[in-house]
Amino acid sequence: MPGANLRDARRRVRSVKNIQQITRAMKFVAASKLRRAQDRIFSARPYASRMLAVLNSVATRVDPAHHPLLVERDTDKIMLLVITADRGLCGAFNANIVRAAAKHIEDESTNKTISLTLVGRKGAEWFRRRPWPIRHEYVNIMSKVDFKYAQEIARSIIDYYAASELDAVHLAYNEFKSVIQQRVVVEPLLPIRRLETEQQPPVLLDYIYEQPPPIIFDHLLPRHVETQVFRAMLESEAAEHGARMTAMDSATRNAKEMIEKLTLHMNRIRQASITTEIIEIVSGADALKVARG
Amino acid sequence: MSLPERIELEIVTPDRLFFSGEVDEVTLPGAQGYFGILPGHAALLSELDIGVISYRRGTDEFHLFCSWGFVEVLPDRVSVLAEAAESPDQIDVEQAKADKERAEQVLRSREAETDYTKATVTLREAVARLDVAERTAKV
Repeated sequence: MPGANLRDARRRVRSVKNIQQITRAMKFVAASKLRRAQDRIFSARPYASRMLAVLNSVATRVDPAHHPLLVERDTDKIMLLVITADRGLCGAFNANIVRAAAKHIEDESTNKTISLTLVGRKGAEWFRRRPWPIRHEYVNIMSKVDFKYAQEIARSIIDYYAASELDAVHLAYNEFKSVIQQRVVVEPLLPIRRLETEQQPPVLLDYIYEQPPPIIFDHLLPRHVETQVFRAMLESEAAEHGARMTAMDSATRNAKEMIEKLTLHMNRIRQASITTEIIEIVSGADALKVARG
Repeated sequence: MSLPERIELEIVTPDRLFFSGEVDEVTLPGAQGYFGILPGHAALLSELDIGVISYRRGTDEFHLFCSWGFVEVLPDRVSVLAEAAESPDQIDVEQAKADKERAEQVLRSREAETDYTKATVTLREAVARLDVAERTAKV
């Protein structure tokens, strides 16, 4: 029946329009969240990069035996800290990071023990169905990234490391390159690496320490780990909003295309049914004429 | 090797780059007391306490509030990683005075449940803030 078909077509146009409204709204929400996340990254970057510079400089100058976090030991037990999003609908954002993390694990796991700490629900859900042991999961914190979460995560990592339960910790997250570009980064977090010496410092003198080195390091090194985790979380947060914004933008555009196609289809059906009706009327009238004549 | 003529001072807090510029001299609140840095200082690493960071450019002196952190001193560069920092115009003198009085009261009260550590920190932060304000006003 042509009437029912038309109703179907109308219904489909309406439902795609609804979807488009939602994707468009999500795009705008992501855009505004992205702006805020971006500001936070930019303002947090100087501290993180200065901290890294100081740390590298320290690690290059001092005897690593000064502190366990600087000691490079044989790496048998590696933990990977994977930062994903809590929510989906952000394109390949989560898929990219878990794929890179899984690849990293496979590359490393030939003769090493691997364990995981997961930040973000999407990563936790994915890795729960995988054979690798999970030490910790932190879910639903990516919507309100805070330094205190970074501290909590960093402290648990440091505890494992100090207790020699881990020999190395790697960090995998999405780096915020630009609004439309995220880059998956897998980098070592512990032990704190010595500076790749492009230019050897002229004199490799040790520092003058105002306090005994172990005391300074006890405070400085954990702080550094916290800062790095915090930075990774901020990067990931901004990258997530960027990815979602892009994904929702293309979804909105696809919806628009679909609406056009469906509307055309709907109009064809409508015209077809009108034509049919006219033919019916005309032929009905003709039939009457013939009958009278 | 000639000594550098000025120091590049950089002060960062976890949420922003607080200060960056060339200066002639820096005084820092080290955990074991204040110390001054002139260009060409030997590499030094120290923890910072609650206190006042002062720097001099020519004959002009500037003072900043700082609460905990670290400093790395290199001959031509001083990097301060502070947990908190405030410039004089960010300091609320009345608030600091009130904080100081309240903390002193708490410390005098000698009650069993008094949190001495917290009160001491509040007191020292308030005193340091007032110090910054006072010294800035004098200039």
